[in-house]
This record gives sequence, C-alpha cells and structure tokens, in this order.
Amino acid sequence: MAAQGANVGTTDWGEGGMTGYLIRRCLYAVLILIGVNLLTFTLFFKVNTPDDMARMQLGAKRVTPDAIVKWKAERGYDKPLLYNDQAAGLARLTDTLYVQKSAEMFRFNFGRADDGRDISREIYGRMWPSLALAVPTFIIGLMVNITIALMMAFFRATYLDFIGVVLCVAMMSISGLFYIIGGQYLISKLWNLVPISGYQGGFDAARFVILPVVVGVVSGIGSGARWYRTIFLEEIGKDYVRTARAKGLSEVTVLFRHVLKNAMIPILTGAVVVIPLLFMGSLISESFFGIPGLGSYTIDAIQAQDFAVVRSMVFIGSALYILGLLLTDLSYTLVDPRVRLE
Amino acid sequence: MMAVILWTDALVWVLILTIVAYGWHVSRHAHLAVPWRRVTHSPGGMSGLVVLLLLVLVGLLDSVHFRFKVDSPDTKTKTAYSTEVQSLLDVAAGHLRTRPEKTYSAPLATRSFAKELVESAEGKSLREFPRLRHGGSHLKDEALQQRDVFVTCLRALALALVAWCGVAGLIVLLVARHEQQRVADMWGEVWRGETAVPWRAVLSTLLALIAAVFTVTALSVDYHVFGTDKVGQDVLYLSLKSIRTGLVIGTLTTIVTLPFGVFLGLAAGYFRGWVDDVIQYGYTTLNSIPGVLLIAAAVLMMQVVLDTHADFFPTTEQRADARLLVLCVILGLTSWTGLARLLRGETLKLAQLEYIQAAHAFGVGHLRIIMRHILPNVMHIVLIALVMDFSGLVLAEAVLSYVGVGVDPSMKSFGTMINSARLEMARDPMVWWSLASAFVFMFLMVLSANLFADAVRDAFDPRARTDFRPWRLRMPRLPKLVKS
Repeated sequence: MAAQGANVGTTDWGEGGMTGYLIRRCLYAVLILIGVNLLTFTLFFKVNTPDDMARMQLGAKRVTPDAIVKWKAERGYDKPLLYNDQAAGLARLTDTLYVQKSAEMFRFNFGRADDGRDISREIYGRMWPSLALAVPTFIIGLMVNITIALMMAFFRATYLDFIGVVLCVAMMSISGLFYIIGGQYLISKLWNLVPISGYQGGFDAARFVILPVVVGVVSGIGSGARWYRTIFLEEIGKDYVRTARAKGLSEVTVLFRHVLKNAMIPILTGAVVVIPLLFMGSLISESFFGIPGLGSYTIDAIQAQDFAVVRSMVFIGSALYILGLLLTDLSYTLVDPRVRLE
Repeated sequence: MMAVILWTDALVWVLILTIVAYGWHVSRHAHLAVPWRRVTHSPGGMSGLVVLLLLVLVGLLDSVHFRFKVDSPDTKTKTAYSTEVQSLLDVAAGHLRTRPEKTYSAPLATRSFAKELVESAEGKSLREFPRLRHGGSHLKDEALQQRDVFVTCLRALALALVAWCGVAGLIVLLVARHEQQRVADMWGEVWRGETAVPWRAVLSTLLALIAAVFTVTALSVDYHVFGTDKVGQDVLYLSLKSIRTGLVIGTLTTIVTLPFGVFLGLAAGYFRGWVDDVIQYGYTTLNSIPGVLLIAAAVLMMQVVLDTHADFFPTTEQRADARLLVLCVILGLTSWTGLARLLRGETLKLAQLEYIQAAHAFGVGHLRIIMRHILPNVMHIVLIALVMDFSGLVLAEAVLSYVGVGVDPSMKSFGTMINSARLEMARDPMVWWSLASAFVFMFLMVLSANLFADAVRDAFDPRARTDFRPWRLRMPRLPKLVKS
C-alpha cells in the first residue's frame, strides 16, 4: 500500500523502514509521471491530431493537403504515433511521435516552439522573473496569514475575531482579477508609486515586483488566514493547552510557546506541496503585470495555441507537483517524531 | 413562437426538479431534516440564501428560451422563426435590450461619453457630447436630471418600504400562527432577534434587496443605470444575463463530478487492494497536472471539434450553449479528485465498523452494503462538497475566460465582462462602470454562496463548527504583556 502515505498521512511504513518507504514513494512518483506523460500524449496527439494542429496554425484560408504535410514535416509531426513500420531495428519504436515528442521530455528535451525558439532555453531564462515574484509572495503571504490567524485565535469569540472572519469571507468572495485591477489602479495610476507593469532584471526588479507581490499577498489573506485560524482553534482546544493554562502560564505564552509551535506542523507540511510549483509562476498575475516569467509564457502559448509549449509546461508542472508530494512525505517524517514510533 | 430547449436549460430544470424531490423526501424523514433545520438557524446562511434565491430566480427566468415568429413573404407555405433566441428574462427586461446607444455612456448619463461631430441649429458642425438616444431622453431640460433621479429613487424607496412591510407582515403573521403566539409578541421577538430562525437577519436582507431592486428597476425605465458598454449595450442587462452563466457553471459542473467522485471514491475505500491502488493512481495522476493547463488543453481540443461541426447548431446561442456545457463537463472531469479522496477516506473508516461487518456476516452483497449502509452515511460529505465548490467555480469561470478558454466570447458572463473591461481601464477618463457592475454582481453571488455553504457545512459536519453566536461575543481585551 505504497500509495497511501501522501494522501492520508497514515504511518504504515510497510517493510524496509523509512528508507525503504521513501524509495517506494520515489518509484511511485516516477510511475505517476509516466501516467501524466501518457495522458497528455493521448490528449495532444490522439484527440487533437497533428492535422488539426496544422489546420489551426495555418488558418482556414491557407489549408491545403500539401500545406498540412509541409507544416507537419517541418516540425517533425509526420511520424506514426507509436510504431513506425517504415524504419528498421530499434528505430521502429524510437522514431515515433511518442518517443520523439513525449518521452523525450523525461530528458528535459522539449523541442522547439512554433516560432522556432528552443523551449528549454526559454524556460531557463523565464524561470528567474517567475521566482522573483512567486517566492516573496509565498513567504510574505505565509507570514501575514499566520499573523492574522494568530490574532484572531487570540481574540477568539470576541467582536474582533468575528469582524476578522467576516472580512475574510468577504475577501474570499472577490475574484483575484479584481485585486489585480484594483491594485494597479490604486497604487500605480492614482498614487503613482510604482510602474503599472513591466520588468527589468537585477536589482531594478524590486520596483516592478513589489505591486504584484502586495496584490498576491492581499488576495490570499481571505482564505489563508481563515484556514489557519481553524487550525489554531483546533490546537487551542487540545488537552495539553489546558494543562499549560492550568500551570498558570499567561495566554500569550500558551499561544506562542505551545499552540504556535504545534500548529506549524500542519501549516508547514500543507505548504510544502506548493513550494516546487513556485517555479511555474502565476498565470494571471504575470500576464497582467507584464512579467516575462513562465506563467505569462504559458498564457501566451495557450492563446496562440502553441501546443508544444503547453505540453512542456504541463509536463514540468506535473513533475514539480509530484516533487511537492514527495517533499510532503519527507517533511511528515522529519517534522513529527510521533509518526515514526507507531 | 417556438420553444427552444438548450442543453443547459434542460439540465437546469432537471436539477430544480431533483432539488424539489429531495426537499420533499427530507421533509418526510425527521432524521434528514435535523441538519437542515440547523441551517435555517444560521443568520449568515439564511441571509445568503435570500440573496441566492433572487439570483436563482433571475437565472431560471433566463433558462426558458424560445424563438419568435417573424413575418416573411411566404408565410402561407411555412412559418419562419427569428434566428434570435430569446428568454423570459429578455422579454421582461425588453426595455434594456432594445434601447442601445452608440457607444459608452456613464451610469445615469444623459450625454454620450465620446465627443461627436454634431450639426448645430445654425448649420455649423461642432464637436460635443451628443445627447443619448434613450438615456434620459424624456427630459426636456438636462439640468433636471439630478432632481428626476432623486424623485424616482424616493418614489421607488417608498414603494419598496410598503412592499417590504407587506411581505414582512405576512411572514411574521405566518410564523406567529405556526408558533401559536400573538402577532405583537412575535414582532417583539423578531425585532430583538430572539427567534430560533433568524427572521431579523432575513427581513433586513429582504429590505435591502427589495429597496435595491425597486430603485434599479424604476431608474432603468428612463436611464442606463449602470451605463452602456463599447457597442452601447446596457451594462445592467449584461450583468443580469451573466447571472445564469455563473449559476450554470457553479451547479452543472458539480453534477458532472458527482458520479465519478462518488462511484470511484466509494469503490476505492470499500474494496481496497488493487481496486484502491488503481483508482488512487488515476486520481493522483490527474491531480498532478496543473488544473488550468489541463482545462485549457481540453477546451482547445473541444474547440476544434465544435468548429468543425459548426453546421450542427442552428443558432449562435445554441453553439455558445454547447460550449458552455462542454466547459462544465471538462471542469467536472478535472475536479472530481478532491471528492473521491474525501469519500475514500470516509469509506475506509466506515467499512471497518461493526454494523458493516454484521452485514457481511449476514451475507449481504457488496452492492447492497454500499448503497444501503455506506452511501447514506457519506451523503453529508457529498452535500458539503456540492455547496462548497459552487463559489470557487463561479470565480474560476472569470479566470478561464480571461485566459481565453472560458465560455464562448458571444456568451454574456462575468469573465467576458471583466475581460473587455480591462482595456477600458486604460482609457482616460476611465470607463469604470462595466467592471464595477461585474464586481458588484459577482461579489453578491459568491459572497451569498459562501455564507450559505458555511452554514450547510456547519450543520452537516459536527467537527467543523465555526459559527458564531453573537450573544456570546465579548469585547476584545488587550493582553497584559508585562507580568504584574
């Protein structure tokens, strides 16, 4: 039952102890990645055949059978799906669309986009702006949410807590698009504090990144702070907290020394899964703020219907998510010593 | 007149019938009614429900479609129908739909937003803001616009107050009769907020709603209350039409997820072993693909299919509707994993319990155990998932439409409204009203859905109690940071 660990957080290591467990999890991760690869291959080549792609790219007017054949040949789509009976030897299996276009992605060879650029290079270059935006948003957001949630937990069952929750629910009900548009209007247009969009490398990046980070943090407060508040309240209701209070510790000490520490376990293990995904950047916010990261790259590819790029981004995104699952498993075993005893 | 039944119309009405049947079923079984009674005790939930019901009413009016007969030269041989599909809402709000302006105009404006060449009385051509064709055209003197708006508002508010008094009086009368109390006592209880069902909150929400609806309706007769968009369409009308799209996506998507989520989740948790492994592998794989990308990929594929079979749909509305349905199915197919995982976990626990083992010992078959003993005990999870997902899906529609993989561009939705409003923000002076009204309507819908969903979750899931009891709230006291 190797599959159970990540999803339920059960502690059944099976045979071979922790190392064996982690190795099994890694193998399972590879198996899932293969599944993703096959699924995307079916979607992108079987459901939507290269002929369809060619037709869409060429536009309705210029579609002739010859043009389609030429388009496919230029981009290497003129091969059979899984088995090439024209080739000889091993090439019968390797000189196919699956191996050339899909399995190659395991070697991080993504081929070329429709405009002829190398996708791997593009990804490497666009990774840094994405990270410059996503990492601060993640860290500051986590800290702000925990602080607010801790405040609400401290003032629980008072008007302050009630107003806080009401505000959280209201903030949750606003679409992320409005936060971005509102932020751009207020901070850039009305107060002229930072540029409305755009990006520059190096230290100049800060000027461009501040607004998206603020918007990203604020738009996450509603759901984040509310969720952490329930975690804190759950922790506050436990017996050891009552014992701590009975010993005569002040509420502040109880909250910071005991509750905060223990509540950080579910909060951090829950946050670990998204860390690798930070590489992918944020689709919406990057394209609104004109940041040349992976998120805006993906959006542009979707809008231009550049399937080679979309396929690569799907693969990378899945690989990073699976990495996040593995890290979650690992952090469970590291962070909570009780897990190992059972 | 020829009735047109769009796919989503049919599904929406089937859904309404199902809800009615479920309500009837619940009312006959006391143990099912208990949690629902708890829902009716939540002030936030009930206020949210009142707003939701109004939005659903608008959505349902917009889900009855037909095509009008048109006069054509050869009427004798066969009757011809207009290519335009209309709904009851279109008819009810006909004065909004049939009075377009040329281009942008601000809310309640009497003049256009853009300057135009106008021929003056003396024959000179001037560049000025022309009077609108319909907005405020009943005014002889534009200076009276403010007074006219003010008077109309006052009149509408007075009427709203009368209407509210009638409704509130009727509700209190019925409640008093049900509780066998004097009506005057009942009023007192409602006023002090002492009733079990929070009538005070419900009636206040109702007052605000009735006042808003009356005012907007009264003003919309002579003005464009929320202005007009680039091609001169009334923004209020666009917002009203968007409500249905939001509701359809929020509900039908979850309906699509149900069979997958419930069936696979129960099977994985009940049979365990290799069945569990296979199903878990399936949903972990699906889950690892970034959601927006998977949806985008699937929508792009479907677009190819719809484009190549364009002749399949007689009108643009029917094609847009098919795309909406496909979007719901795709969203559903990519989002059943969460529900399946929850149900699997719960079923794993339930299947260990003694009453299930007793059933095994009696030789009850698997299917019967699942249907009779497990499914009813996980229904609360299904129900909570159903209401909790709604608001997220409404929000997701806006994002997907922005990315370009949402509803058909010809379909009116919050996403398309926001999308077109983005360019308007860059204009100087700014065109803010489309965005503002999309914001208001969307916020109302999502907030009320969130409030109602919280109430349902609190009532059905005893572990997740988050509701406040206002009379138990204290004033906050700052902690003593220095120990005395």
